[in-house]
Amino acid sequence: MAAVTETTPVASLAVEGVAKRFARFPALKGVSLTAQPGEFLALLGPSGSGKTTLLRVVAGLETPDAGTVSFEGEDFLALSPRERRIGMVFQHYALFRHMTVAKNIGFGLRVRPRSKRPPKAEIEATVERLLSLVQLQGLGKRYPAQLSGGQQQRVALARALAIEPRLLLLDEPFGALDAKVRKELRHWLRAVHNETGVTTIFVTHDQEEAMDLADRVVVLRLGLIEQVGTPEELDERPASAFVFDFLGESNQLPCRLDGAEAVFDGFRTPAVAAPGAAGETSAWFRPHETEVSDGGEGLPVTVVDILIKGAMERLECRTADGRLLDADYPRGSLPAGLRIGSQARLRPKRVFVFPERAD
Amino acid sequence: MRAATPIRPSATGWLVIGLAFVWLALVIALPLASIFVEAFRKGVNAYFAALAEPDSLSAIKLTLEIAAVAVPLNAAFGLAAAWAVTKFEFKGKALLLSLIDVPFSMSPVISGLVWVLLFGANGWFGKQLDAWDIKIIFNFTGILLATILVTLPFVARELIPLMQEQGTDEEAAAVTLGAGGFATFFQVTLPNIAWALLYGVLLCNARAMGEFGAVSVVSGHIRGLTDTMPLHVEVLFNDYDFVGAFAVATLLAGLALVTLAAKSALEWRFAGELARGSRH
Repeated sequence: MAAVTETTPVASLAVEGVAKRFARFPALKGVSLTAQPGEFLALLGPSGSGKTTLLRVVAGLETPDAGTVSFEGEDFLALSPRERRIGMVFQHYALFRHMTVAKNIGFGLRVRPRSKRPPKAEIEATVERLLSLVQLQGLGKRYPAQLSGGQQQRVALARALAIEPRLLLLDEPFGALDAKVRKELRHWLRAVHNETGVTTIFVTHDQEEAMDLADRVVVLRLGLIEQVGTPEELDERPASAFVFDFLGESNQLPCRLDGAEAVFDGFRTPAVAAPGAAGETSAWFRPHETEVSDGGEGLPVTVVDILIKGAMERLECRTADGRLLDADYPRGSLPAGLRIGSQARLRPKRVFVFPERAD
Repeated sequence: MRAATPIRPSATGWLVIGLAFVWLALVIALPLASIFVEAFRKGVNAYFAALAEPDSLSAIKLTLEIAAVAVPLNAAFGLAAAWAVTKFEFKGKALLLSLIDVPFSMSPVISGLVWVLLFGANGWFGKQLDAWDIKIIFNFTGILLATILVTLPFVARELIPLMQEQGTDEEAAAVTLGAGGFATFFQVTLPNIAWALLYGVLLCNARAMGEFGAVSVVSGHIRGLTDTMPLHVEVLFNDYDFVGAFAVATLLAGLALVTLAAKSALEWRFAGELARGSRH
């Protein structure tokens, strides 16, 4: 776990030791987590890591086998989902297909008990305000199926915000959208969050999305929290090889750790060692922190391919023992003299080293 | 799934299509037409006179009463079963699904016979029921039980695939938005399945009114008392009252045609509904 100092006395949401098992599959194996008021938190992990289950436990759609969930000191598990006043946005939007957009958004207000239900005109005004917040003015009379995926997602968000939720939960909110719409919506979601200030937790398997959007990222793996930290902390101080590998593309080489340096065959590089790392181990490094040259110190490799990757150019290199390693350079700044088939030397600028783990 | 692109039929194609029409004309259109021809053989007055016979009227009344009770019960059961099977995970779900299908795979005669076995004079509970003076077999209740058993799967079978496809996300969304069970069911679940429910009820009703085998076993064929329309047709036919038999048969055939028309209308409407509900 990352060293996040939490000084605020009452957390917005506090999850403590939550475990949940489905038939034979343990989805959560004891997860503890807090969210500060107004915080934007990402639950990041591959499928099967338990991130959606955790979200559904907080929403009350799943009951945990063990652990506690509290919100501003109040026991959440004693409340039914309808009493928790949580705004939930589902991966496939879950819009009510037979209701218009306006009816969808107003649903949470209309189903309130008569004594707490706002008058009709007030509901309509709220719906109009939310339609303009999610930039869908004039589409209130449409049916969900008449909208694009991105528009449906915004309706789902407006519907969740209508009940003035104490907590906003989003399950893979952009999972079903294409890449371009996804990026637009991402920044727009951040803007909506800044405007409403409601504590928000979203689930994603897209590391870029998590790192781009969240104040803090919770990395989950096999039902346990692997690391919690700000995007910078995760980048600079990954707690495990899993986190490092999950957060981006990576190269891996055997090395020996010697203080703050990794020792390779014939050269050394600076190493960021996670606590517990020692001795013969693996060095992990990013393609953009990898240098290839046609001479000097480094691991002998053969350039097997040169690819264009957006603004970068990638050298695919093979070591004598068949290992494939990548090096990324900005377009047009490849070291001179390298072409497919060249013999070259490869060395990382810095590496990350983690304790060996028996799983 | 996308329908295959239609191709223009070849000569062989036309031959097969022609054969299909001839076959349908022979085995469906001709018998159907013969019902109406026979019913009106002696004129319109004889037709209505036959229908106005007290025994015929009582058969029509009994059939309507049986359907009026059996169909709502099976609609309620089908809805509950489909809800349970598709919205919850529980042990014995596969068993429940198989049990729902039993009436489809069992001969209707058996569906009648089991009630005789249970409640008949020599049945398991026959003596006890006799002592309490409760009559089930050869009575309204027996016919009702047989009808319910035979028509049990129709509504559930119609709803389960649709509700499975729709999943539970909308209900989950409704609950997080503060809706109770009642509001969730009537405002979210029911509107999503309304057309399929109506469709299932229609099929269930057609079968409930038309069932012969199971009802025949438990009814005892007491004219004017326990004869339903299909049974009454047989009784009249065996009495050589052809106009009477075919007159009552026209009502059943009419029911079939109305059901078919309503079913086609629903399928047309229902397909649109499903398309509108599709998620991507």
